[in-house]
Amino acid sequence: MSPLSRRGFVGAGIAAGAGLVIGFYLPHKGGSERDSFSPNAYLRITPDNKVTIVVARSEMGQGVRTALPMILAEELEADWKQIEIEQAGASTLFGDQTTGGSASIRTTWDPMRKAGATAREMLISAAALTWGVPRSGCMAENGHIRHAATNRSLSYGDLVGKASTLPIPSDVTLKQSKDYKIVGQRLARVDSPSKVKGEAVFGIDFRLPGMKYAVLSRCPVIGGKVASFDDKDSKKIGGVSFVGKVGDSAVAVMADSVWGAMEGRRVLNVNWDEGPNKDLTTAAVMASLKQVASKKGANMYSSGEPAKAAGRHISAEYTLPFMAHAPMEPGNCTASYQASKCELWAPTQVPQDCRESVATAIGLDPDQVKVNVTLMGGGFGRRLEHDYAVEAALVSKAINAPVKVVWTREDDMRFSTYRPASIHQLSATLDGSGYAVGLTHRIIAPSISGQKGQPVPNGVDPDLPDEAGPVYGVPNYLIEYVMAETPVPLGWMRSVYALQAAFALESFIDELAVAAGKDPLQYRLHLLAKDQDLPYFTTTWKTSRMRGVLQLAGEKAGWDKPLPAGHYRGVACFGCFASYMAEVVEISMENGAPRVQRVVAAVDCGQVVNPSILEQQIQGGIVYGLANALRAKITIEKGRVVQGNFDDYAPLRMEETPTVEVYAVSSPEAPTGIGEPSVPPIAPAVCNAIYAATKKRIRALPILS
Amino acid sequence: MADITLRINGSEKKVSVSPETPLLWVLRDTLEMTGTKFGCGAGLCGACTVHVEGNAIRSCSTPVSQVAGKSVTTIEGLGANGLHVLQQAWIAEEVPQCGYCQTGQIMSAAALLAKTPNPTDEQITQAMNGNLCRCGTYERIRKAIRRAASSGGAR
Repeated sequence: MSPLSRRGFVGAGIAAGAGLVIGFYLPHKGGSERDSFSPNAYLRITPDNKVTIVVARSEMGQGVRTALPMILAEELEADWKQIEIEQAGASTLFGDQTTGGSASIRTTWDPMRKAGATAREMLISAAALTWGVPRSGCMAENGHIRHAATNRSLSYGDLVGKASTLPIPSDVTLKQSKDYKIVGQRLARVDSPSKVKGEAVFGIDFRLPGMKYAVLSRCPVIGGKVASFDDKDSKKIGGVSFVGKVGDSAVAVMADSVWGAMEGRRVLNVNWDEGPNKDLTTAAVMASLKQVASKKGANMYSSGEPAKAAGRHISAEYTLPFMAHAPMEPGNCTASYQASKCELWAPTQVPQDCRESVATAIGLDPDQVKVNVTLMGGGFGRRLEHDYAVEAALVSKAINAPVKVVWTREDDMRFSTYRPASIHQLSATLDGSGYAVGLTHRIIAPSISGQKGQPVPNGVDPDLPDEAGPVYGVPNYLIEYVMAETPVPLGWMRSVYALQAAFALESFIDELAVAAGKDPLQYRLHLLAKDQDLPYFTTTWKTSRMRGVLQLAGEKAGWDKPLPAGHYRGVACFGCFASYMAEVVEISMENGAPRVQRVVAAVDCGQVVNPSILEQQIQGGIVYGLANALRAKITIEKGRVVQGNFDDYAPLRMEETPTVEVYAVSSPEAPTGIGEPSVPPIAPAVCNAIYAATKKRIRALPILS
Repeated sequence: MADITLRINGSEKKVSVSPETPLLWVLRDTLEMTGTKFGCGAGLCGACTVHVEGNAIRSCSTPVSQVAGKSVTTIEGLGANGLHVLQQAWIAEEVPQCGYCQTGQIMSAAALLAKTPNPTDEQITQAMNGNLCRCGTYERIRKAIRRAASSGGAR
C-alpha cells in the first residue's frame, strides 16, 4: 500500500471485517513480568488499580479520547472513574490508525469491545483460581470481580499478577446492548477540563528544550519552484539563525520565536520559477470540468434503465467551488532530528503515513522515525496531509536540532488541499403523478486520490463509495462519475464528496417536487415508501432507515404546522459513511440573504455511544456545512489562491448560527459514522427553503456569491 | 530589542523583545504560556483574546510595548484560584470539541460578564461575535454563558 493511500481503504476494511483481528499481541515473554496486565495493545491494568486505555485514533475535537475508551470499558465492566487515557503514536499494533472517513468508532467498535471482553474473562478466571471456585459463580462489575455466594470481591488491580499468567482466550462473548451501562450514556468528555483551563497541549503548544521556530515561504503559484533567494535582510532580523531551501518550492526562515521567523520571512527575497500554472484561473478550471462533462462516466450505481423510462423529462446542472478546511489551529509540527533518528510531535490524522513520508523525505527507514500524536485544534481532513511533518523533519535535519514549523493563517488558506470543485448533471423522468421513475446523477469532479497518484479502481475515486450513494427507491436510477483533472491541490474535506452529491441531488429532488406540485417532504417520503435495499459498493442503503429519519425530522420540526410570517422551511436528507441524516431548516430572508433560524436534525447512526458527543458532532457539522453553503469559495487567479484569512474566507459566527435540535433514531445496529453525515444536507435544505421563500432556485454554491 | 516589564496574572515579568512584537508571541514563545492561541494573526478570530485592564483584546494584534505596565490577564490567570464560573459552566455544558478556540472564547465571555453580569442574548452575540469556532460550538457557548450568569456571573 502506498503511504498515501489509507483513507480510501477505510471503508473496504470495515466491509471485510478487517478490524476484528487488529491490536492483539502478547506483551509478556513469560510469567515473571507481572507488573501489569495487558492482554492486548489497547489495555493495561496495573496493581495500583489504574486502568489505562490506549486510543489509537487522533483527537481533533470529535471525542475519540472519550468515546473509544467507553466502548472498551463497557465490555471490561470497568469503573469509568478509574480509566486513564493514553494516546498512541504511529504504531504497528493497531492496524490502520487513520482518523477520517467518520470511521473511528466504526472501525474500533469490534476490536475495542473484544479487547475489553477478553480482559474481563481473564480477570474472572484469575479470581476464580485465586478463590478456588468455579468461574460461573464469579462476575465482573464496576472494576471488581465478585463471588456472590461467599460475598468476596477483588479489584482488577488485585488480580493483575494472576491474570497476566493466563492464556488469552480466542473467543469471548460480547455483551448485549440492553445490558450496556457506559455505552449510550452522556458521559463527560475526558478532555474538557484541560481545554477550558488552557492546559491542553495542542501540536502548536508542544515545546522541546532549545527548540527553534520556522516558517516557510512557499511558491505562491501552484506547482511553482524556488529559482533563487536572497536572505540578507532576513538575517538582520533579531533571532533569525537559519534561512534555507526546503524541497524545491519553499524557503524556511528560522528564529527564536514564531514572530521572529515571520518577520524574517516578511523581508525574504525569493525569485520564483512560477511554472506551467502561472496563468491558471478558476474559470479555466471550471471550463476544463465542463469539457469532460460529456464523457462516458464510470457506473457507480445502476438500477433499471433510466434512458428508457417514459414520462416527463426534467434536467438541471449544479456547480460547486473549491473549499478550504481552515481548522482553528494552523498547520504545525515539531521535529527533532539527531544521529539518523527523527522524532516528531505531530497534530496529524495519519501518524503512520507521516512516519513513512518523513522517512522517505529525509532518507531514513520508517523505524528510525517516531511519530507522537498531539491534540489537534480541528482537522476536518486537512491533517490527512503530511506536509507539515515533512517540512519540520527537513528543517530539523538541515540544522540538526529541534524545530517547530508553524503555518500562518494565510499559509493555511493558500497552501491547503481543497475540496474538489464539481459539476453535477441531474435528469429525471416523472410519471403521470409527477413522481420520479427515472433518475440520473452524473458527478463530474477531479479525483483526490487520483491526483495523489493512488489507485482509482474502475475509474471511481475510492472515496465515492462512502459518499455518493443512492437515496431513493427510484426504479430506474443511475449514478455515474466522470473523473476530471486539475492542477489545484485536492484534499479530503469534512464529508468529502458527499457535500457536493447531496447539494445536487437534494436540490434536484426539490425541483421535481415543485414540478409535480407536491409537498417536498411528502414527495421524498413517497419515493421512500417501499422498503428496499439499495446496494452501493460495501453499503446497503435501506429506504426504511432514510424514511425513518425524514419522518422524525419532519415530525420534530412540526412540518405540518404553520410558520411565523416571513419564515420558510426546507428539507433535505442524505446518507454517507453508512449513516442516515435528515435536516429541516427554518429560514427568514433579510436583504436577500437567508437567515437560518432553526435546524431540526434526525440521524440514524446505529448504536449511539455518547449522546452528548453525537449532539456536538451534528451541531458542529451543521455549522461547518452552513459556512460551506453560504460563503466558502476558494478562487484561483494567476495560479494563486486568492483568499487568505477569515475576512475573505469567512466561517460562521455566533450571530449567524441557528439553534440545532438533534434527534437520534434508537437502533440496535452497529454504530456508523457521525463526524461527517450532518454536513451534506444543510446546503440543499437551506437552498430549498430559499426557493420556498423566493421561488429562486440556487444551482451553484456558495449561496452568497 | 527592548526590556519591557509586564504585569501578567498579578506577577511581574521582564522580557527582552523587540517592542513591536505582538503580545501573543511574547506570551507563547517568551513566557511559555500557551493557553492563549494563534488563529489568524489579524484580529479576525479571537483565539488570542486576553484581558488588558479588564478589557478583552486581541493579543495577536497588540504590540507588547502597548501593554507595558498594564495589567494583563490570560486564561492561565483567570482560574488561578480554582475554576472561574465560566470555566465551570463550559465543563457543565460540554462546550469544547477540539477546544482550540475555547480559551479565547472564555476570555471574551469573562470580559462580558465582568461588565454585564446578566447579558441578554443580543449582548452575548455582540460580545462573542468576534470569536470564531470551526467546530461550531456556538450554541453550547451561549448556554454556558447563560448558566454562568445565572449562577452569579463574574466572581
